[in-house]
Amino acid sequence: MAENQVRSGWPLYEVFLRGKRGLNHVHVGSLHAADPEMALHHARDLYTRRNEGVSIWVVAATDITASSPDEKDPFFAPSGDKVYRHPTFYEIPDDVPHM
Amino acid sequence: MTDDEFTVYQGLAQDTEDHRWAFGTGFTDPLEGIDTSVADGVDPAALATYCLMLGDDALIYSHRLQQWMTRMPELEEETALANIALDLLGQARMLLARAGRAEGAGRQEDQLAFFRDENEFRNVRLAETIDADFAELTGRLLIFSAWRLALFSQLTGSADPVLAAIAAKGVKELTYHREYAAEWVIRLGDGTALSHAKMQAALEAIWPLADELFRTDAVIRTLPAVAADPATLRGEVDEVLRTVLAAAGLDRPDRAPMAAVAGQTGRDGVHTEAFGYLLAELQSVARAHPDATW
Repeated sequence: MAENQVRSGWPLYEVFLRGKRGLNHVHVGSLHAADPEMALHHARDLYTRRNEGVSIWVVAATDITASSPDEKDPFFAPSGDKVYRHPTFYEIPDDVPHM
Repeated sequence: MTDDEFTVYQGLAQDTEDHRWAFGTGFTDPLEGIDTSVADGVDPAALATYCLMLGDDALIYSHRLQQWMTRMPELEEETALANIALDLLGQARMLLARAGRAEGAGRQEDQLAFFRDENEFRNVRLAETIDADFAELTGRLLIFSAWRLALFSQLTGSADPVLAAIAAKGVKELTYHREYAAEWVIRLGDGTALSHAKMQAALEAIWPLADELFRTDAVIRTLPAVAADPATLRGEVDEVLRTVLAAAGLDRPDRAPMAAVAGQTGRDGVHTEAFGYLLAELQSVARAHPDATW
């Protein structure tokens, strides 16, 4: 039995919410459900009670391929000293939101 | 944390002038700022009684749903049901407040919810009966929300603008309640042999209480433009139930309606034995500590 089935017979789903039009979906948490349709309902009931969302994605946790903490250095350290990759030399106008 | 994120925390921290114990955060009169005068040609007493009927249905059924808290099979389902109970409690508050204003005797929602006796409650008996198991919960919720959605859809055209507005808000909530219940009835009916048997037994147990939902009574007849005639809702509700039961592979029960007592039912203040216990729990704190604050 997989680790995420210890507490519940239902598999784990990860939930992504979009707060408003124009923003990205953001990971907000996870939940248990019997199938994707039920996961969507649960997500609505657990994560949008305070008017947080206009769109919900749910993904079975087992379908996510994640980077491993052991590989942190080879994955991420090489980009640390390359400041020229950041667009920091532009001025962002005040009226551009969400940057 | 930006301004538009998680404003509930600001809501919790907000101080309001209302410190009564029963109130959580930032409660105000649910009809604050709304013109609640009764239109010409509408009998205020009948309107008040009608709002009590609809408000009591929501208040009492919400309490029954709240009794499921800590007993649901999964944490996720518990939150879902709490949301539904809370929606109904919101509907009850507005309807009882509307009843109080129409009545014109100065009674507010709290007086109506906590200081009326059993025979003054006008809810249907379907709302007060205890669920024997999870299957009964989903079956009862399906019948209740399918019926109430059909009712509220009609009431959006009510001649009482306050009632029409309350109904319009409720329609969105009830659409979700019905969907939630229908999914579970289908899941259980179309599930294992055991879940199918329990779901069928649940419907058989609830069915006798459904007939009362479609009874027209004298109060409703005096409010032709304001109230929805329950008898006209039967077709729509039957169609919904037929669709769900077919998808679930369940049989439509063939059960006689629960008898009225001397022609009277929940709408007339005649209730089942279980109702007294429910009301005692619902009202005990308010009656032990009237007007207490915290």
